[in-house]
Amino acid sequence: MSTSTPTAAFAAARADAERRERRLRMRRRLPLLPGLVFLIVVTQIPFVVTIFISFMKWNLMKPKDVRFGTLKNYTTVLADPRMRAAILNTVVMVVGSVGIALIIGTGLALLLNRKFPGRGIVRTLLITPFLIMPVAASLMWRHLIYNPVYGLLNGTLNAIGKLFGLTAPQPEWVSSAPMVAVIIALVWTWTPFMMLITLAGLQSQTLDIVEAAKVDGAGTFQTFRYITLPHLRRYLELAIVLGIIYLLNTYDQVFTITAGGPGTATTNLPYEIYLTAFRKYDYGEAAAAGVLVVILSTIVATFGLRLLTSLADTTQPAKTKKEGKK
Amino acid sequence: MSATTADKAIRTTRRAARRHRGEGGPLGVVAWLAALVFITPIAWMILTGFHHEVDAATNPPSLFAQLTLENYQRVIKSNILPYLLNSLMAAGFSTILVIVLALPMAYATAVKPIANPRGLLQWVLSTKFLPLIAALVPVYITFKQLGLLDNIFALVIFYTGLNLPIAVWMCHSFLSDIPADIMAAAEVDGASLFTILRSIVLPISLPGIAATSLICFIFAWNEFLFALNLTATKASTAPIFLVGFITSEGLFMAQLSAAAIIVSLPVVIAGWVAQDKLVQGLSLGAVK
Repeated sequence: MSTSTPTAAFAAARADAERRERRLRMRRRLPLLPGLVFLIVVTQIPFVVTIFISFMKWNLMKPKDVRFGTLKNYTTVLADPRMRAAILNTVVMVVGSVGIALIIGTGLALLLNRKFPGRGIVRTLLITPFLIMPVAASLMWRHLIYNPVYGLLNGTLNAIGKLFGLTAPQPEWVSSAPMVAVIIALVWTWTPFMMLITLAGLQSQTLDIVEAAKVDGAGTFQTFRYITLPHLRRYLELAIVLGIIYLLNTYDQVFTITAGGPGTATTNLPYEIYLTAFRKYDYGEAAAAGVLVVILSTIVATFGLRLLTSLADTTQPAKTKKEGKK
Repeated sequence: MSATTADKAIRTTRRAARRHRGEGGPLGVVAWLAALVFITPIAWMILTGFHHEVDAATNPPSLFAQLTLENYQRVIKSNILPYLLNSLMAAGFSTILVIVLALPMAYATAVKPIANPRGLLQWVLSTKFLPLIAALVPVYITFKQLGLLDNIFALVIFYTGLNLPIAVWMCHSFLSDIPADIMAAAEVDGASLFTILRSIVLPISLPGIAATSLICFIFAWNEFLFALNLTATKASTAPIFLVGFITSEGLFMAQLSAAAIIVSLPVVIAGWVAQDKLVQGLSLGAVK
């Protein structure tokens, strides 16, 4: 008997401690609640609904014939030559823009990582294309730059031609090379983005190693190839992954510069989904195509998520330490 | 003897450092040229905005035509103000709501963390990776059913969801910088939660909040796809004004330039001001 009392007291104390612990844990979760609910309602439920609609026969033009339980949207989407063209165009547009923007952006970051007069101004000028409203920038490219009669491109060609007494060619940029026209506009917008991330990577590099390499007689190229590039690798990967995810959503430039044309030459998935939903009024097909885009970007994102967290861990050592303590 | 060797070593290192940092030199000129190439289209647009329509539509281009403010006057007269006001409301209100929701969330991941903050942060981020276009149909249908089409608050709600993941990550990253010792000391001194929030958390995180707000504002201000499909006449935002501004009339390039500059200017200025924090926002807080 006498032995059970301290055990009971101990158990009671432990239960009490557990209860307090649980209450503390609940209290710590409480601030999350409003934001979490909001995020789930606004960003998660629509995707669930999209999946649901993708299995529905639902065309606004046939309001009597709406029902659930069909795979036809997927077979239609996958067989549709427009949709196939859109998938191919999306890949070309994203890979082309991300690749070119990354190369130019890295070059600019390497330049900006050095001290020179007016570096701050150069950086400010270089990030500006990213800040211009995409619709405004697209209208600028279409009407002020590419316009075959009054655009800056042909105007400059003409001026140079006149200088030498020649007749300069005056190509129709948008209709003769629509994909190139869109990609140039995209590269112009996204190069600053690539540059900023790469520059952050360069500036996080400790100079000691670079200096040691120079002292050891390594050339500029060798230092870049064997020291800077390996350090930059994760930043470059991050820039690529984020670039792909953002550019998979490209809509403004296509809508404004080419309207997807001529034909389907520049129709990408977002634009085709928009047309399917709001011109063809086929919600089922649009949703099925949407699910395809989600699958595409989830593949990229799973990779990206891991990368982001690992980078966040290494650039924020203070946080990791604090978490480890608790 | 040994002193001179050390001296030499130091000098070599310094020279190497200088070479690495490349003070001045031809590469600075290359950087300037690159900046000029990238800025030329914008510079051309600014110049065109100050030209008369006749001078804007010449080939070869007229660089030194007479300057005028008439395009800006015309654009302002052509009813741009309601659109700008709508943009300001959509971007402004959604930014406020984002901060109100994101700060407590980041508090629960960074300051007084829950059991598994990493998992939660990853989930929050994963919502940002879902392509927006796939949400277009259900969001449109839902707002239509709720009678919220062409209502600025539909955009406010949507933009809040759009920017919340970015804001949570940015807030998490700067709230993590608050030294745990200060917080602990305040608690030992018996400071209330409100006092701690007001006198420690808020002052330290204010610059971070400002940067996060600017980033969210930029994204909301520039958004086009949902603004185009969720609004009709009353709630249309600035990008909708721009695409509607193009008529089939012949000469409009100067006016278009003026309009494009007016709608871009707020965000360009915001971006310039926040440029040090821009990369952090764009990389969702991963890069500092």
